[in-house]
Amino acid sequence: MLRNRAIIAGVGESRIGKVPGVSALELCAEAARRAMADAGLGLRDIDGLLTAYSMTTPYPVFYGALAEFMGLELRYGAEITAGGGSSGVMIRDAALAVVSGRAEAVLVVSGDNRATGMGRDNAVAALAAWGHPYYEYPYGGFIPAYYALVARRYMHEFGAAAEDLARVAVTQRASACRHPNAQMRTPLTIEAVLASKPIAEPLRLYDCCLISDAAGALVVTRAERAADLAHKPVYLLGAGEAFTHEHILAAPSLLDSGARRAAEAAYAMAGLGPRDIDVAMLYDCFTITPMLLAEDCGFAARGEAAALWQDGRASIEGRFPINTHGGMLSHAHAGATGGLFESVEAVRQLRGGEGARQVKRHETALVHVEGGILSNHATLIYGTQPV
Amino acid sequence: MALPFPESLTAEAAHFFAAAAQGRLELQRCADCGKIWFYPRPACVACGSTDYAWIRASGRGTVHSFSVVRRAPTPEFRDRVPYVVALVDLAEGPRMMTNVVGEGALEVSIGDALELTFEDRGAGRTLPQFRRIAG
Ligand SMILES: [Zn+2]
Repeated sequence: MLRNRAIIAGVGESRIGKVPGVSALELCAEAARRAMADAGLGLRDIDGLLTAYSMTTPYPVFYGALAEFMGLELRYGAEITAGGGSSGVMIRDAALAVVSGRAEAVLVVSGDNRATGMGRDNAVAALAAWGHPYYEYPYGGFIPAYYALVARRYMHEFGAAAEDLARVAVTQRASACRHPNAQMRTPLTIEAVLASKPIAEPLRLYDCCLISDAAGALVVTRAERAADLAHKPVYLLGAGEAFTHEHILAAPSLLDSGARRAAEAAYAMAGLGPRDIDVAMLYDCFTITPMLLAEDCGFAARGEAAALWQDGRASIEGRFPINTHGGMLSHAHAGATGGLFESVEAVRQLRGGEGARQVKRHETALVHVEGGILSNHATLIYGTQPV
Repeated sequence: MALPFPESLTAEAAHFFAAAAQGRLELQRCADCGKIWFYPRPACVACGSTDYAWIRASGRGTVHSFSVVRRAPTPEFRDRVPYVVALVDLAEGPRMMTNVVGEGALEVSIGDALELTFEDRGAGRTLPQFRRIAG
């Protein structure tokens, strides 16, 4: 059993935003060095490496390229690709690797330079490549339109308004304003979101995540190593996954995705429920996404997530803070990296000491990431103590 | 700029688009379990059987959801915006992606009845499309 047996020993972020003249590999190495320093570990202490993928620097074996670049000597390494959900799979696999003795300390890294390495038009065009080449792309589909289909159906069934979606972006921007490394740090208003350029209705520009140069990294090791480390450990208490489809046309449901199954599996492993969670990081490629995921993870009844943002519960001072770093809407997004930052932020909040961004209750955190169009899901539950 | 059309077709896709060029929307029905599926694939997604027959769809469906796209994903679609991307639930059961084209397309709503039409993208390359049923 995995519960309580692996810990996050260190976390790191690269420079974020537009970082010209730096490759995806260099961004990844920067985040990895910071995560190792945070853990109090050196290059020779790391014997495992899991990476996601890069679209700007598509090495056939990305983890191998990064390991060589950094000078790592590995017993265990792989590139794991599950779109935005990659970090959830990587962190769970890293935990399994250290618990089973396959490696002692595993670096989990994701990064890409999509802002300067691709350019906005190419990055948007890449989002069209996610559609089915025969049955979606010829209709002018791309990722914002696919999530717009989900948002429209949600609004139709539950009466949510554009303002409800906008409030997610506004709340997360307020959090990003307190994050020293967030890409967007000027306050946002509901009026500004509603006045922003329509992309794929009902989604507007500020309903959509950023396009960033960014990398993030974590170090995963065995719980028995906790005493050797620079920080108090954060324990992995639960993990769950689910997959239902790749293309939105083949989704069993636009609203009932595999997220609920993933969350239930994670709760079951941890022996915890939604009421036991202090703070949550929910994938937020678009404003509709964390609303749906909040419901799937049991923090609101189906159709009622908007209240979490309406009454301020989801803000840093609220009773149930969500995406306290600003998320992919305001902190950073570069492929699988946005999801990985959710775990980076969960670890920081659980340790405490984040100053103006610190939430009051911080013993347990839930992270949910997804890839594709609500296609694959992973839930992770972290805690400051074993359960 | 020409709108895209599927290239390098698999056998089932080639059948599907050849039927479209002749004015038919065709779906696959499993000979073993009766499942009708979209999109075209070589085996049943319910039971795995490779024994299936092509059936002609009625061309009727309803809007499950839609989006009016205002920002073109690629240069090919710049002259097309704004356009409607929709998921249509076919009378036969499967769901497919389509544009809603024709009169009143931008006023489409969830639940609207749609009927099949076709779009010629040049040189006999024909894409199934849907339009709102008047009244
Ligand atoms: Zn069958």
